[in-house]
Amino acid sequence: MKVLVPVKRVVDYNVKVRVKSDQSGVDIANVKMSMNPFDEIAVEEAVRQKEAGKVTEIVAVSCGVAQAQDTLRNAMAIGADRAILVETDAELQPLAVAKLLKALADKEQPQLIILGKQAIDDDANQTGQMLAALLDWPQATYASKVEIDGDKVQVTREVDGGAEVLSLTLPAIVTTDLRLNEPRYVTLPNIMKAKKKPLDNVKPADLGVDVAPRLKTLKVSEPAQRAAGIIVPDVATLVDKLKNEAKVI
Amino acid sequence: MTALVIAEHDNATLKGSTLNTITAAAQCGGEVHVLIAGHQAAAAAQAAAQVAGVAKVLLADGPQFADGLAENVAAQALSLASNYSHILAPASAYGKNVLPRVAAKLDVAQISEITKVVSPDTFERPFYAGNAIATVQSIDPVKVITVRTTAFDAAASGGAAAVENVAAVADAGKSAFVSRHIATSERPELTAARVVVSGGRGLGSEENFKILEPLADKLGAAMGASRAAVDAGFVPNDWQVGQTGKVVAPELYIAVGISGAIQHLAGMKDSKTIVAINKDAEAPIFSVADYGIVGDLFEIVPALVKELG
Repeated sequence: MKVLVPVKRVVDYNVKVRVKSDQSGVDIANVKMSMNPFDEIAVEEAVRQKEAGKVTEIVAVSCGVAQAQDTLRNAMAIGADRAILVETDAELQPLAVAKLLKALADKEQPQLIILGKQAIDDDANQTGQMLAALLDWPQATYASKVEIDGDKVQVTREVDGGAEVLSLTLPAIVTTDLRLNEPRYVTLPNIMKAKKKPLDNVKPADLGVDVAPRLKTLKVSEPAQRAAGIIVPDVATLVDKLKNEAKVI
Repeated sequence: MTALVIAEHDNATLKGSTLNTITAAAQCGGEVHVLIAGHQAAAAAQAAAQVAGVAKVLLADGPQFADGLAENVAAQALSLASNYSHILAPASAYGKNVLPRVAAKLDVAQISEITKVVSPDTFERPFYAGNAIATVQSIDPVKVITVRTTAFDAAASGGAAAVENVAAVADAGKSAFVSRHIATSERPELTAARVVVSGGRGLGSEENFKILEPLADKLGAAMGASRAAVDAGFVPNDWQVGQTGKVVAPELYIAVGISGAIQHLAGMKDSKTIVAINKDAEAPIFSVADYGIVGDLFEIVPALVKELG
């Protein structure tokens, strides 16, 4: 069974981004870029399924600038077998990415596509669900456990207040939540090996997809700042402040 | 111009998140209709009809909606979509699961987790974990929107809308509900609680988290946690407050042993009053706290419980 794993190159999660002074966006020049953490979990899950004998081939895909090759090499160092870069300098919104991935899925015919639930840059939480709709496939988002069994996949999902279990008929879409697994550290030999794995390059036009953005960003601003508060010396003062100043208890 | 709200409900009652979403829908400028896709959900439809500002409730009833499968709920919304300029759902696990399917099928963008309606086609939404706020304008004919519930007041009761039965779409047949494990708790739901007591890595263990229970009991609070505490396995994932967990805005948020990573601050900085208890005076959590106590949480928390009487 073939699995497709889309991965996104994003600003590293440890970087606190700054809004540009002209309010045109956030400044990501010269900041560290990494694979979106939820996508890393998706790659790890595919590799574990392969190690368990449920999956035969893992194809990593990224849509974006040429440097996303690094992200794909990283996916192959974790264990993906080959990679496809859909290269474009254009701004890609989730609908456009879902259309690009659908075109690739039509070509590659995977039985399972595992994606991160959300990218930590645009925080959109859309691509997996959109891709499922475009393919007319079933979906299980926010997965904390994935069990492939014949032509079905049983997925435990994190939902408000607890968890639920769904059974999907393959082909299907799964999006990952934090606790699905803990991605392995990539080792130097695997990084070297990943350099020799095949990486194809296609353009959105090759896939016949119009990626024009549908949302126009008018401005980007800093969130309202909270005024710094005070340090109180003891719990008696705290309780007094909460009762008489903040009036919340 | 009419907005359709996809209601989150349990067939008998509306979830609070639906009320906040109705408020956001009303701000889009037109009439508000509510879709209840459920199984034996007449009671939920009646509840929606009594919300102020709702002009009509559409009830699609059938066993294929019993467990809120995204494929079926999205298909139901799509069958009605041509009548609407705006389609909204709460940015909860339920709404976020369903709505992008609707947007993709309509070939329109989704605007995720809006915090403000600027005009019928322009909205504010946070991104980069709340470190930046984008003002975005949709050029699509239909605006498909998830709503950050803490950013909008709950719609009041006092409506008297008609409930109209609509034809239910067939089961998509590609997914099946197996089981649900919802933790039962006497405590209020995290996203709806007036007071939240949250613990972080500073608690040190699952066992130590129990020290927060008397405090939460005393304040009638929901319990939450930082991602670090969830990752360490101290508490379940659905306790997580933050960018990748739940966004809360209670009257009082007490952060215990939480350093205040941006990830966490994104989920709680809109709380009315924030209290931080941490042994590290330099912890970033103090930069957003109204009141801070520097010291050992294992001494301060029991003392606080005692002081509260």
